[in-house]
Amino acid sequence: MSEELITSISAEDRERLEMTGIELDEENRSGSFIQTDQHIHHSASKIEGIEMLPLDIALGKYDWLKEKIWNLVKRDKDEYTRFVSEREEKEGPRGFVVIARKGSKNIFPLQSCLFMQNAEIQTVHNIIIAEEGAELHLITGCTSSIGREKGTHYGITEIYVGKGALVSNTMIHTWGENIRVLPRSAAVVEEDGTFLSNYVSMNPVGYVQMYPVADLIGKNAVARFNSVVVAQKGSELDMGQRAILNAEGTSAELISRLITTGGKAVSRSHIIGAAADTKGHIECKGLILKDGTIHAVPEIEGRLTNTELSHEAAVGKIARDEIEYLMARGLDEEEATATIIRGFLDVKIKGLPESLQKKIDMAIDAAESGF
Amino acid sequence: MLKVEDLHVDVEGKEVLHNVNLHIGEGETHVLMGPNGSGKTTLLRSIMGFSGYNITEGRIFFKGRDVTEIPLYERARYGMGMMFQRPPTIAGLKLGKLLTAVSGSGPENIGNFASQMNMGDFLERDVNSGFSGGEIKRSEVLQLMMQHPDFVMLDEPESGVDLENISLIGRSIAKLVDKDRHIVNRQKSGLIITHTGYILDYIEADAGHMLCDGEIKCHGNPREILKLIQEKGYRECIRCQRN
Repeated sequence: MSEELITSISAEDRERLEMTGIELDEENRSGSFIQTDQHIHHSASKIEGIEMLPLDIALGKYDWLKEKIWNLVKRDKDEYTRFVSEREEKEGPRGFVVIARKGSKNIFPLQSCLFMQNAEIQTVHNIIIAEEGAELHLITGCTSSIGREKGTHYGITEIYVGKGALVSNTMIHTWGENIRVLPRSAAVVEEDGTFLSNYVSMNPVGYVQMYPVADLIGKNAVARFNSVVVAQKGSELDMGQRAILNAEGTSAELISRLITTGGKAVSRSHIIGAAADTKGHIECKGLILKDGTIHAVPEIEGRLTNTELSHEAAVGKIARDEIEYLMARGLDEEEATATIIRGFLDVKIKGLPESLQKKIDMAIDAAESGF
Repeated sequence: MLKVEDLHVDVEGKEVLHNVNLHIGEGETHVLMGPNGSGKTTLLRSIMGFSGYNITEGRIFFKGRDVTEIPLYERARYGMGMMFQRPPTIAGLKLGKLLTAVSGSGPENIGNFASQMNMGDFLERDVNSGFSGGEIKRSEVLQLMMQHPDFVMLDEPESGVDLENISLIGRSIAKLVDKDRHIVNRQKSGLIITHTGYILDYIEADAGHMLCDGEIKCHGNPREILKLIQEKGYRECIRCQRN
């Protein structure tokens, strides 16, 4: 990334970008896309076989992309998608396209950074395509400038996971207290493909509402959603995730860890077993540390005999006997509680490169001191 | 090391221990026996300072200091340790992380101790999650090795353990209470609850106490007490006390 770009960002904001997993020196990154408000600074991939382009340029370059845009997420889905669509028509599209060509692979993730500085509403539209056998890892850091009074972020993401391909999409949110965030995402996964969606939000945010969907249309396709969320006082997070097991042998795992320290968190999960030999599991665990609400809504919907769906959900406080177990080893109550919480949030994600897992761990560790 | 004086303990409003007196000197290991429900675990947990054990009368002195009122973790930091009979499972917390938190030592040191206890493969597992009887005890001993208390209380260390594990656990506990050192050099002390007495094959206990209905009914040679229970049952102890 250019020196000019890096120095144009204040030291404070740079720190916030780093908290969301963004590395401005790109040393451990395969490429970057940076959008501040509606302005795109930078978009490039360092890996052969993987392109990372601003959406408007990509649409000019590849005619076939027209079939991929507004395909998985419909323009008229809701007022937010309509808003983005109308703005795209007026001002041209913002956001990026990643195309991982057949058999390509990135070990270090591509990063995209969506940064809100001054705009009232930031809109972004991303399309991610992994062709047959490609392995593509993305990390998206979303943050706003410190001291932003308010703002709204609408993000459309359409993800195409080809035959035997793997896409991991890790999102780390570090928004401000009054920011409203409305992502609209959908993925389609072909035969033997794997889609991993990871979401981490540890900082205060005004309102988040999302419900990404993975449609598993090819045999033996796999989807795994992991989210680690803290609802701080004043925050309202309404998060859903849906997997549709639409082909033989497909499977899905939806795992959520929620903590409230005074905010409101809703975790909706839905798996539909619509084909034979399918498996799905939902696991949602919530800890209420202070006042606040955790509302878990796990739904499993089997549409034929040969599907196996299950869910487990638990909401409550940390058990006294667990805290005292650690206290008997010499940890005081605060240390014991923090140690248990850190364990509670420790979600190891199968198929994720180590560097990404580390970023997730770091984001969680950074917030841990607040408990 | 430990002195319990005239201890009365309430659990959920009911007096479970009455007038318990116990003295364990430096370098001594004692055995606590008694029928199920007699209050053995309650006594250990009261000495350790767990919540829900309300001391209504009496005092507990540890290393010369009155610890009756001080919190659980301070007693632990002051040198008290406990091996749990049925420890809780802590989902997500890795055993290795817990050992680091307990001891503050690095991965190398932890690795050494873990392999001594055959627990090397468990450091990345959630604490007690899916552990077998023997694995739970090995994990408990490992945690105590990292904590190295001066006085350790063991709640049925041999229960649920197979013959192969009992030898490892028995020998390791002997080390925890300095039984591997010459008698004049022993500094660490222990209090062990046992039903079967198998643990006595590894640790030569210095004294035994028999707890019945929340009271210590007799003190004596642990093997003699055990033999008496085996021959005549606990009733004999109660009868004997009455006479």
